[in-house]
Amino acid sequence: MYFEPKYECMNRESLEQLKLERLQAALTRISKNVPFYRKKFEELKIDPYDFESLYDLVNLPLTTKNDLAEHAPYGLFAVPLREVVRLHGTYGLRGKSVVVGYTINDIHRWSKLAARVLMAGGVTKDDVIQVAYNYGLSTSGFGIHYGAEELGATVVPASSGNTNRQISIIQDYNVTTLVCLPSYALYLADRMEEKGININALSLRTGLLGEEAWSEETRIEIQDRLKITAADNYGLSEIMGPGVAGECLERKGMHVNEDHFLPEVIDPKTLKPVEPGQVGELVITTLTKEALPLIRFRTGDLTRLIYDPCPCGRTFVRMQRITGRCDDMLIIQGVNVFPEQISMILSDTEGRTPNYQIVLEREGSLDKATVLMEADVLIPDKIKEQQRFIEGVKQRLAMELGVFFEVRLVELRSMVFEGDKVVPVVDKRTF
Amino acid sequence: MLVIKNIDVFYGNVHAVKKVSLHVDQGEIVALIGGNGAGKTTLLSTVSGLIRARSGEVIFDGSQITRQKPEKIVSSGISQVPERRLVFKPLSVEDNLLLGSYHRYSFGKSKAIAGDIDDIYAMFPVLGQRKDQPAGTLSGGEQQMLAIGRALMAKPRLLLLDEPSMGLAPAVSQMIFRHIGKLRDELGVTVLLVEQNARSALKISDRGYVLETGRVIVQGTSQELAQNNDVQRAYLGRDASD
Repeated sequence: MYFEPKYECMNRESLEQLKLERLQAALTRISKNVPFYRKKFEELKIDPYDFESLYDLVNLPLTTKNDLAEHAPYGLFAVPLREVVRLHGTYGLRGKSVVVGYTINDIHRWSKLAARVLMAGGVTKDDVIQVAYNYGLSTSGFGIHYGAEELGATVVPASSGNTNRQISIIQDYNVTTLVCLPSYALYLADRMEEKGININALSLRTGLLGEEAWSEETRIEIQDRLKITAADNYGLSEIMGPGVAGECLERKGMHVNEDHFLPEVIDPKTLKPVEPGQVGELVITTLTKEALPLIRFRTGDLTRLIYDPCPCGRTFVRMQRITGRCDDMLIIQGVNVFPEQISMILSDTEGRTPNYQIVLEREGSLDKATVLMEADVLIPDKIKEQQRFIEGVKQRLAMELGVFFEVRLVELRSMVFEGDKVVPVVDKRTF
Repeated sequence: MLVIKNIDVFYGNVHAVKKVSLHVDQGEIVALIGGNGAGKTTLLSTVSGLIRARSGEVIFDGSQITRQKPEKIVSSGISQVPERRLVFKPLSVEDNLLLGSYHRYSFGKSKAIAGDIDDIYAMFPVLGQRKDQPAGTLSGGEQQMLAIGRALMAKPRLLLLDEPSMGLAPAVSQMIFRHIGKLRDELGVTVLLVEQNARSALKISDRGYVLETGRVIVQGTSQELAQNNDVQRAYLGRDASD
C-alpha cells in the first residue's frame, strides 16, 4: 500500500533525474535568496550553476545546528516572513532557539510525506489514530496529525501527558493506531496492566512510534504487550518533522523520502563520506523546502544507508534505525537537550557554574532525569532556603527545556568521576 | 518521455541556458515559464534540434537525440510550433497543413494524409471553412490554430509549443489554451509549453519549470508554482505591497 506510488516506487533512473532537477533549482533559489549560503558559496568558490551531478554534492558546504541557532530566528529563510504560514521551534546550542518556518506549499508537502510514512507503517484511512505526541512548538504532533488527515484517517489529537485520559481515549474512541514515543507505549502497557484492562479486547492494531532511539527488543516487547505491529519512523524539526523516513512492513530500515530529501552519511570526524553502507552521521539536503531549505544539514544522528532493493516495492533507499548521536545531545522523554543548556541554567540561577552531574535512568519504561549539584552552593542548615532554591532550579529546567528534572544537592564525592573530573552525563538507560 | 540533462547553450559568449535539467512524462502538459530572455525558446529549439547545445543531453523515449538533425527529430515524434506562428502566408491553409506532413509524404500515403487533414478541420472547423484562403489573410488566433494543425500533421507524440498566446487578444488566447488541453485529452499528445502568460500556462499544465537568466529556479506541480513566492512576485504580477 503506497500513498504516492508514482514517487515511492519510481524507477531509480527517473528518480535520479528528478533529484538532480530539484537540487539544481533549489541551489539556484538558495544562492539567490539566502545570503548565508551565497556567502559560503563565494568563499568556497562554488558556482551553483556548475552543479551537474548528484556526486557534486560532497563539494557543497555542511550546515550545522549552530548555523541555524546563530541566524535565528529568520536569517536562513529563503522567503519573506509574510510567505511563512507556520513556525515551529527547537532548542539550539547555548540556549538559542532554532526557528523553522513553513510556506503553505511546505505544509502541503509535509502532510503528504507524513501520510506516506503512516501508510508505509500499515496505517490506512480506516484507522482511528491517537496522536499522543506533544502538540506545540515541537513538530511531532502536528506533523503526524496533518499526515493522518491527508491520508483520510480519523485523528484524535490527544497530545501528550495525562495517561489515565489517554487510556480512556484508547478504550472509548475505539482507537486502532497509537502514535507516541516507544517508551510511552511501554508505559501505557504498564498502566493498563495495573488497571487490569484486557488489552486483547482493545481495537488497537498498529503503532507508529518514533522521536527517540529504541531497539528491536523494545519493539518486540511493545508488540507483544500492546498486541500491535509497531513501525519506526524518522524526522527532525530542522529538516521538517516526521515524514522524512519511515519503515515499511518489511521493517528492515526506514525508507527515506528521497524525492524530497537527499541523505548522505559522513564520518563525523573527517567530514568525508563513508563507504556505502557504513555507519556514520546522517546528513540531509532538502530538495523542495521553500521557507527553510538546508544544504547538507548535519543531523548528529548515527545510522547507515541500505541500498539493496526492498521487497515492499519502494525504491527509496533505507536508513537503519538510529544507533546513537555523534554529539553530546541527549534525548530525554523524546525532547532534545544539550548538557550545555543545563549548565547555563544552573550558572544563571547560581551566579556561577556549580559542579553538577546529569543522571539519566529508566523508571519503569520512562526516562528519569536527575541533576545532581554540589551541596556547597548553599549554607547547608537552612533547609527552607535550600528547598526554595531546588524548586526554582526545577521550574526553570522544566520551563526552558520542556523536560522535568529531579534536582538534588549532594556532596561532590558522591558523583561519578573520571580521573579528577566530574563526568557531566551518566546515562544508565538501556534501549 | 523527454529527459533533458545539464543542457548548456551559448550564443557566442553569452551563456543563454545554464545546466538545465528537466523531464516530461508521457501524457503530461509541462509549462516552461519565465521572462524575456530567460532562455525558454532557446531550450525548446535545442530539443527540436534547431539549436545545438554545447554540452548536456536530450533523451527522447530512451534514445539520445542531442545532436540529431531537426528532420530526424521530427520523424522520431517531436514537432515544434514556433513563436509568432510563422505560417507560410502566401500559401493556402491546406497547403500549409500539407507541408506539415512533408516528411511523411510518399506515393500511396496521400489518402492517409487527406484523412489527417480532415481530422484537423474537425478540430478547428474555421480552418476547414478557409482552407483555400491564403494563410496571411487569417486572424492571429486562426493562424495559431493553423500552426498547431500544421505541427499535428507530423503526427507528433510530443508537441513543443512556443508562446502560443503571443499577440492574441485575451479571449482568443483563452480559446487556444482550451485547445491545448484538448490535444492532450483527446489526441493523447504530450505537450511542452513555453509561455510568458504564466497564469494561463499554469492553469492548463500539470507541472512547470520557471527559468530565470538561463537557469531553472523553481520547479514543481503547477499548483505549487502558482503558490510559490518567487513565481507570484515575478510572473503572476503580485508585488510585495499586495
